[in-house]
Amino acid sequence: MATNTLAANLKKSAIAALWLAFLTLPVMVIRVDTVEKTITWRWMHLLYMLVGSFVLAIAWHFMMDRRDRGAAARETEGGVQDSALSRTLNNPRVLRPLMALGFLVAATFPWVFSMYQTNILVSALIYVVLGLGLNITVGLAGLLDLGYVAFYAVGAYAYALLNYHFHLGFWTVLPMAAILGSFFGILLGFPVLRLRGDYLAIVTLGFGQIVKLVLENWNSFSFGPSGVSNISRPGLFGYSYSVEQATTYIYYIMLALVLLAILVTTRLKDSRIGRAWLALREDEIACQAMGIDNTRAKLMAFSLGATLAAVMGAVFAAKTTFINPASFSFMESAMILAIVVLGGMGSILGVILGAFLLILLPEYMRAFSEYRMLLFGATMILVMVFRPEGLIKARRKVYKINTETA
Amino acid sequence: MEYFLQLFFSGLSRGSVYALIALGYTMVYGIIELINFAHGEIYMIGAFTGLIVAGVLTSLGWPVLSILAVGIIVSVLYSAAYGYTVEKIAYKPLRNAPRLAPLISAIGMSILLQNYIMLAQTPDFLPFPRLIPDFAFMAPYQSFLDTGDLFIISTSLVVMVALTLFIKFTRMGKAMRATAQNRKMAMLVGVNVDQVISMTFIIGSGLAAVGGVLIAAHVGQINFYIGFIAGLKAFTAAVLGGIGSIPGAVLGGLVLGWTESFATGYVSSDYEDVFAFCLLILILIFRPAGLLGKQRAQKV
Amino acid sequence: MMEHTSKAVLSVRNMSMNFGGLRALSEVDIEVRQGEVVALIGPNGAGKTTFFNCITGIYTPTEGQVLAYPRDGKEKRINGMRTNHVCELGMARTFQNIRLFPSMTALENVMIGRHCRTKTGILGAVLRGAKTRREEQEVVDKSYQLLKKVGLEKVANEYSRNLPYGAQRRLEIARALATEPFLLLLDEPAAGMNPQETLELKEMVTRIREEFQVSVLLIEHDMKMVMSLSDRIYVMEYGRVISTGTPVEVSADPQVIRAYLGEESDA
Ligand SMILES: Nc1ncnc2c1ncn2[C@@H]1O[C@H](COP(=O)(O)OP(=O)(O)O)[C@@H](O)[C@H]1O
Ligand SMILES: [Mg+2]
Repeated sequence: MATNTLAANLKKSAIAALWLAFLTLPVMVIRVDTVEKTITWRWMHLLYMLVGSFVLAIAWHFMMDRRDRGAAARETEGGVQDSALSRTLNNPRVLRPLMALGFLVAATFPWVFSMYQTNILVSALIYVVLGLGLNITVGLAGLLDLGYVAFYAVGAYAYALLNYHFHLGFWTVLPMAAILGSFFGILLGFPVLRLRGDYLAIVTLGFGQIVKLVLENWNSFSFGPSGVSNISRPGLFGYSYSVEQATTYIYYIMLALVLLAILVTTRLKDSRIGRAWLALREDEIACQAMGIDNTRAKLMAFSLGATLAAVMGAVFAAKTTFINPASFSFMESAMILAIVVLGGMGSILGVILGAFLLILLPEYMRAFSEYRMLLFGATMILVMVFRPEGLIKARRKVYKINTETA
Repeated sequence: MEYFLQLFFSGLSRGSVYALIALGYTMVYGIIELINFAHGEIYMIGAFTGLIVAGVLTSLGWPVLSILAVGIIVSVLYSAAYGYTVEKIAYKPLRNAPRLAPLISAIGMSILLQNYIMLAQTPDFLPFPRLIPDFAFMAPYQSFLDTGDLFIISTSLVVMVALTLFIKFTRMGKAMRATAQNRKMAMLVGVNVDQVISMTFIIGSGLAAVGGVLIAAHVGQINFYIGFIAGLKAFTAAVLGGIGSIPGAVLGGLVLGWTESFATGYVSSDYEDVFAFCLLILILIFRPAGLLGKQRAQKV
Repeated sequence: MMEHTSKAVLSVRNMSMNFGGLRALSEVDIEVRQGEVVALIGPNGAGKTTFFNCITGIYTPTEGQVLAYPRDGKEKRINGMRTNHVCELGMARTFQNIRLFPSMTALENVMIGRHCRTKTGILGAVLRGAKTRREEQEVVDKSYQLLKKVGLEKVANEYSRNLPYGAQRRLEIARALATEPFLLLLDEPAAGMNPQETLELKEMVTRIREEFQVSVLLIEHDMKMVMSLSDRIYVMEYGRVISTGTPVEVSADPQVIRAYLGEESDA
């Protein structure tokens, strides 16, 4: 039996490899230089494709078998098994010490590691918060927002332009960015949230493009493709400080914001509002029939996500002191979505892990960074097919029941 | 007047290409209710295949028109094969998954294909060889209708008529219509739904490839990113016409082509793409069923 | 049978519903009075579910009046009112094709029903002050009590998708009750249940009616249950009400016998 399935797998995989090699042949093998009128033939690529896709196909078919068997088992047993990783990390006995350790490392990081490392970590932390924000919209409320980065841009440009024109400081603009973010969230959300899920995805995608195009073309407002430079770093009671100290300072600001974002999203998730979002994600009609105002719940999720993005935008502008529209492309939205999907939609721990994996891995494996978007794309497909709950499954709160009141 | 005609015809040719791509969106949506985000990339791959074929054949010294013909045919075949494969890998395993799953998988596939072409070919713009010659008989009309536009308009027309005939009169075409109306029912009366879905992807992808080669030959340059914007616009066209409706996709494509052409011609060319996306948002908000689509109450 | 005041809680007059060319409901008049269990029966496709959808705001009826009389006694015209407002007003329903929230636990499903009777907003949820915690605990406890009422307290923490069919139907009822309705709308609650479960369901509905002082409008195919449970019955066919009265009257109506009871085998 086992050898049988193995043989079948090998045969299927060989066919798949041949097919994929054939499919990729023109693009992988031939390179036409239309200017120099030369043609390069790269036959080695064909070999790589054949071997690579054979190995991948074996893995694919193996996983597929497992998935189908898993589905069959679920039918009969009526339970969903949790993965080892999920179970371990969701176990408080493991999680608590791990969190303590993580906090210790986080608190001392800039003193132990170099400025370069700290800077990278600040980027990762920004993505943690962006991930947590999108997680509210996509993971909890089930609204696929593909223009999320537009709100990030709103925050970044809000700080950059207010700083440029009116010399407003970071701490003044930060709350303004938050308000502006939620305002834009509601502004966009109000008309589009009535739409069905897939239309919502495409409208938000279009909205993201519009924002980027406007930033690129409206020179008198946004300085066009060249962007805004010399943005002030966050103020510290009027002290001036070196670039190195600035990195440390922004690191601690980010750390505080991450903790705040975690607190807010965790509490919301297990609250009356969070439950309404989940219900909305699961079944809109039933949700509304149970007395929940769908539009309101959607608006809250949408604008709360937007708020977090806008706040992060302001931090991003203050960190890099330079922004231009190129930082706010669709690929950015896609990356944040990949973080949420890989980590586990609705799972806060998962999103944090996803952000670190997807931002830090390509940073530290330079060889790998060229393939980063390719792998993000592949990740999204593979996670959806084989592990829709992501790395860490969203955990449902177990409620304490007070039976005395009966 | 001449300027108007010029805008009219360039809008028509642009719109025809949108229509060719929009047909793929609309057919897939009609059958499995999925926005195939990777469809724009299939179009882009069609253009790249055309470029590669053209490069090779040019070096062999073939005449231009036969290169164009072979280029289109090979791109159509390859794009169709890609479309077929994409469905098998990214969508078929998710037939019964929650509604967000195939959508996310589609976005993943779109990103994957873009980067695959970028890595395998080049991140830069590649000049596309001029495959559409200037015919002598076109000379008197040259001021407002160039040969490229005429070629695109007529080729698209032929392809669309062929598609209509296919869907109206062949067995497969009927099976496709039946599946679009009611998948369960179609299955019960013996339609092989998997086959129909595959066929839908194959045909839609082939149409996109025709559009890809035509527009690349006309505009004169391509890169790995062209599918994203074109895809978004073609989707706009599909929604504009009423998603799921084949005449709707054609109408939507033309309306969008003209809108863009006249808006950039008479208003401003800086915001070329903004017009399309604004149109998309307005349509979805005020008439989500599109121009030719039917508004349906969801059964509960 | 219990004694009723003759005050109406729901009064539908002359209601019609068209889908394009299809007339799914045609000049329907239906009334439910306080404390009553009223059954709506009729062959498949008669328009019963459409009737529910029309009075709960999921569809907007093409013509006619839907009037509700909540506990405060004030008449309210509810055609085209938004679904969530109908529920808030006090009319809660279940669905023919069960629509629970599959990846939420049984308890959470019921807690969702409490949403419209509680207040915590974003700020409250984030700050989690004493008031929020008190309200939250109340929601948990009330929901648990409701689970007990439908016999599901043992599976409170199970995902609702993993519950057996009969339990899912009862969970839907508990969820509807959590919204504190004055009128409970049940769409084929016994569908897919075995005779034993059906019997228990019937007793449960009787109990619920007494304890929660709700009126019940019920769509059901199980004739034994309908006949013994309901005070009055409306019979529908092709979108029209063809007969109405007590179980005895209706089952004696020749029109009903011809249209419906005569072919009970496929009902
Ligand atoms: N949203 C809708 N669009 C079109 N027709 C519908 C819709 N909802 C219900 N119908 C039609 O209305 C009729 C009554 O259906 P329904 O109310 O579900 O019947 P019942 O619940 O009595 O079995 C059927 O012919 C059904 O096809
Ligand atoms: Mg029904």
